[in-house]
Amino acid sequence: MEKIKILVLAKQVPDTRNVGKDAMKDDGTVNRGALPAIYNPDDLNALEMALEAKDRLGNAEVYVLTMGPTRAAEIIRESIYRGADEGYLLTDRKFAGSDTLATSYAISKAVKKIDPDLIFCGLQAIDGDTAQVGPQTAEKVDFPQITYVEKLVEISPTQITLKRRLERGVETVVAPLPALITVHGSANPCRARNVKRVMQYKHARTLTELKEENRENSELFKDRPYLKIEEWSVDTIQADDTHLGLSGSPTKVKTIDSVVLAQKENIVLTSSDADVEELMVDLLKSRVIG
Amino acid sequence: MKNVFVYCEVTEEKRIAEVSLELLSKGRKLAETLGVKLEAVVLTDQAGDTLETIQEFGVDVIHLAESVELFPYRTLPHFRVVQAIFEKEQPEIALFGATSVGRDLAPRIASVLRCGLTADCTSLEIGDHVDTKTGKEYKNMLYQIRPAFGGNIIATIINPETRPQMATVREGVMKLEKADKKKVAQIKNYKVEEILKPEDLVITIIDRHIEPQKVNLKGAGIIVSGGYGVGSKENFKLLYDLAAVLGGEVAATRAAVDAGYAEHERQVGQTGVTVRPKLYIACGISGAVQHRAGMDQSAKIISINTDPNAPINAIADYAVTGDLMEVLPKMIAYYKKYSK
Repeated sequence: MEKIKILVLAKQVPDTRNVGKDAMKDDGTVNRGALPAIYNPDDLNALEMALEAKDRLGNAEVYVLTMGPTRAAEIIRESIYRGADEGYLLTDRKFAGSDTLATSYAISKAVKKIDPDLIFCGLQAIDGDTAQVGPQTAEKVDFPQITYVEKLVEISPTQITLKRRLERGVETVVAPLPALITVHGSANPCRARNVKRVMQYKHARTLTELKEENRENSELFKDRPYLKIEEWSVDTIQADDTHLGLSGSPTKVKTIDSVVLAQKENIVLTSSDADVEELMVDLLKSRVIG
Repeated sequence: MKNVFVYCEVTEEKRIAEVSLELLSKGRKLAETLGVKLEAVVLTDQAGDTLETIQEFGVDVIHLAESVELFPYRTLPHFRVVQAIFEKEQPEIALFGATSVGRDLAPRIASVLRCGLTADCTSLEIGDHVDTKTGKEYKNMLYQIRPAFGGNIIATIINPETRPQMATVREGVMKLEKADKKKVAQIKNYKVEEILKPEDLVITIIDRHIEPQKVNLKGAGIIVSGGYGVGSKENFKLLYDLAAVLGGEVAATRAAVDAGYAEHERQVGQTGVTVRPKLYIACGISGAVQHRAGMDQSAKIISINTDPNAPINAIADYAVTGDLMEVLPKMIAYYKKYSK
């Protein structure tokens, strides 16, 4: 029987959860360089669910696809350390400025090339919080989508049973394969790196990375071809330029404003007994509390 | 044609979701500004008296699709029917609640129609746009306004060329306002069995159970909220103590939730819950836009922060500069002393 192909869509994101003072430039724009790049948290939950699916199926392989600049290859190495079999980096200047629609178009072209039976991705990425790329990719490859998934209940080569986490409860659904699944942050956290895999794959590189390290003439890939991380461009996935980047994005950013707050007239207090006493008396008097 | 459409979500209790009624209220204003009609889309098994509710919001047309396949919500049947309605009606604007339904459905619709969609808008306005490169003028665009990048900037997004202009909005962000006069809406019925194909029905729901939310932030009159500055889950206990004494609920910022100090249901902000309590006590909260978007309509705001220049102080009625570990116990003590 043919192996079941499981694909994880993962993204490298700036860590917007810890935005420090130096993260904003004086003109109010974002200083991306000051933010560490991390594996998008929900995507790690998605990777775990994909690995669980592989564990249960046995006869399966987990691939990782990420779109981003050269350094996003870090995401692929991290995935491989944790158990993924192989990864592809989708990288091209022409992707720059893509909104969710243009992004999902590019991803869908790469997905068609990989031809998976199942796709897992995080519910949303912390740099945009849109939760749009999963469903939009599903539509473009004509897969049913199951979103907000918290638990993999059962899987066979033909169907999958999943528990979804909704606002007011849970729902269990059965879907045939193929399908695209977006994984909620409340799902199982991702397993740790496997030390053996780290030793085996720590030199895994894209060609561009090797060039940047001035090792393009090294025999690395000749001796150990499994260390080569594939880089795919617009041409590799046969995408139409006009659907990519700024020109392929129906949403345009009209303006970006840094936030200027109108100062409200306020009462400034300290933590002294007298001040806190005044505060509580004030609140009780004005019947805000009590 | 060229009208404002609102996808009306049907709840477990077969009522129109609060967020959809809020969007109908906002949609009516947008439609008035543009001089077009307001149209509602309702997909359910049996509409019953939900249509009555919608009529109170000044809707001109209700697109109604009734079928057992449409309740409870499943992605593909709803997707296929909404796609059919939109392809026929060519809406100018289409609004969805940013719920697990709206955030599942809207992107798939935007993808098939190849149009722009902006998630979690905190404000929607109508305005003009001039393309700086081509000089081309665009009249009456929908400004989709949202905090971006961890809430440190506010972005205004437009879709100059594609229609509908789509946006999702969280519950509690727009004000719920019924129309002054009740209007009798025209009802357009759809034959669902002619729209759905067998492949739209491949997913089956085998179990659903409702777990009512334990935390009710929207209904709380007093909210004691903590940020990353609270420092630990243990320190959060002080916030629970104060909330218990005052009869309020405990909330948290996204940073505090991400750090594991509080549960996700307690998150206030653009991607959490929007609240308007009579008193909001912000403890160790710096005040990123993304958080303020969810609480700046509070009647009274107290900020407790060691940093006298914390941005949240700008919208606070009382700004207490000090350590919350010191201030909160004092608040509890003085409350007990004077409330009797």
